[in-house]
Amino acid sequence: MRIAVDLNRCQGYAQCVYLAHKDFRLTGQEALTYEPNPDDERRLQVERAAAACPVQAIVIDRLDGAKGSATS
Amino acid sequence: MTVPATVAELVRQFRANGRIVIVGASLAGLRAAEALREEGFTGSLTIIGDEPYEPYDRPPLSKQVLKGWVPADHTTLPRLREVNAQWRLGVTATGLDRAAKQVRLADGEQIPYDRLLIATGTRARQWPNPDEAALDGVYTLRSRDDAAQLQKALAAPPSRVMVIGAGFIGSEVASVCRELDLPVTVVERGSAPLVGALGGVIGEIAAEMQRDHGVDLRCGLGVSSLEGDSGGHVRRAHLSDGTIIDADVVVASLGSIRNVEWLEGAGLASGFWGVGCDAGGRAFDINGVVTDSIYVAGDVARSPHVLYEYQFLAMEHWDNAVLGAEAAAHNMVNLEPHYRPHLLLPGFWSGQFGLNIKSVGVPPFGDEIVFTQGSVKERHFAAAYGRRGRIVAAVTFDHGKWLEYYGKLIEQSGPFPPPPPGWDQPPDMKPIPAEFPQPGVPTAIPDVVLTGHDPSERAAEFRPRRR
Ligand SMILES: Cc1cc2nc3c(=O)[nH]c(=O)nc-3n(C[C@H](O)[C@H](O)[C@H](O)COP(=O)(O)OP(=O)(O)OC[C@H]3O[C@@H](n4cnc5c(N)ncnc54)[C@H](O)[C@@H]3O)c2cc1C
Ligand code: SF4
Repeated sequence: MRIAVDLNRCQGYAQCVYLAHKDFRLTGQEALTYEPNPDDERRLQVERAAAACPVQAIVIDRLDGAKGSATS
Repeated sequence: MTVPATVAELVRQFRANGRIVIVGASLAGLRAAEALREEGFTGSLTIIGDEPYEPYDRPPLSKQVLKGWVPADHTTLPRLREVNAQWRLGVTATGLDRAAKQVRLADGEQIPYDRLLIATGTRARQWPNPDEAALDGVYTLRSRDDAAQLQKALAAPPSRVMVIGAGFIGSEVASVCRELDLPVTVVERGSAPLVGALGGVIGEIAAEMQRDHGVDLRCGLGVSSLEGDSGGHVRRAHLSDGTIIDADVVVASLGSIRNVEWLEGAGLASGFWGVGCDAGGRAFDINGVVTDSIYVAGDVARSPHVLYEYQFLAMEHWDNAVLGAEAAAHNMVNLEPHYRPHLLLPGFWSGQFGLNIKSVGVPPFGDEIVFTQGSVKERHFAAAYGRRGRIVAAVTFDHGKWLEYYGKLIEQSGPFPPPPPGWDQPPDMKPIPAEFPQPGVPTAIPDVVLTGHDPSERAAEFRPRRR
């Protein structure tokens, strides 16, 4: 699955890190890095993380199952 | 039919059967395409991009990708919806014929449009000496391929990395090098890192931060040449003070160049600083008259901003690409009373040396700065920029939650120094000069001159300057 985080919005609340620690990490206190292409197996965790983000900074792909060269 | 009814019918027809072409298949191009469909545009949509990849995200490239945590090809942008477009990827737009309403492609094809969106962004400025730039081990960082190659070079590992230019990208590269425990030298012509974006006061703090993390930082100096070995691999850099530094990876982070060359001769207000447009994304022609069918968004766009004395601002920021694209798309398929402006309060973030640096507003518009919260020593603070008694921007180091507070003040033209947020105040809240460098003198930019003597024939034309 594909995601992006709008780090202008992100305020480092770390909810996402807590809920999907494989795909979201804090470097230091506030700087978030993430895996833009999480394993589909972890979809549920990542979706929970996105839902829990208090500022809705996590953008999730809405073309379910679209993969690779899906230039639709 | 009445005139308004006829116009409404035309718009309806355009939305149903019109032809929209987007040039630039990256963040702005993709989000515009999605927004057009969201707005109910069902006509034909063509997206042209010179990179062979579907749109991907750039900010991770200089951070998690360089570090080796995430492969460069894992950065494809999430999609917000289907766009049902004809994608022309891996082909460059080489020209624009506004009279025939066609975009010319490198493969000779001409793509007709009713409305056009220009979203061609910027590219990295290359090391100016072509022979030296061609040496193995010399990199710039803009695309997915750049990031993949540089990441590989960093993983090798090199004996020393030389970063030329300490703007955001150069500083992020230096930070990753230190995280990977690579020796790194940063050479910056200005007095400190980030000085162009955040001024000398903050630059000094950034300089200290780099040195504390073991960066060999040299400011007020340039690299005069790069030297390679017999195999064509870069080996050392000669600095303007005569010093020689051995390095086998060199990253030129010299800022960006706007991708406007393909518009030459099209009669648009395009040049060194981007394509001029109104706050609704409608491109200006060379005379400064707004066009009806051509729109601009993202890094390549430049529009007047009410908060900054209507100065034309080009913002090379992620959310500018997203929100500018959405506003332009909306205006492309709506009628005048429903036009939407793109009046973003600019914002930027950067992760480096374990720290989160964020800014809101336009710092270089200010001439004074005041620390308003936290502690510089602990690198956990907020500072505000002011001009003539008004707050125009703010920056935070690991204090991002407070940015919204300053953003609101900036939007309302609040006073400078700003009212204390009543939390975590430093003992000294006296404004001091922000120390921005003098704006550089632009060189060799095509000049626009006025032609015609009769008021009815007055117009503008490009006169490329001869040196
Ligand atoms: C390494 C890096 C790190 C960044 N980090 C941050 C950050 O931390 N925070 C932040 O806010 N912003 C950051 N940015 C900036 C952000 O990525 C840009 O603002 C954003 O990509 C702009 O999107 P765009 O679509 O306008 O332009 P671009 O992403 O530049 O896309 C333009 C596209 O058009 C293509 N193109 C150009 N000319 C032609 C032509 N003639 N024909 C066909 N196609 C053409 C280009 O190849 C490119 O694919 C970073 C940028 C880079 C490079
Ligand atoms: S939950 Fe949202 S605000 Fe918090 S760190 Fe994650 S993305 Fe940022």
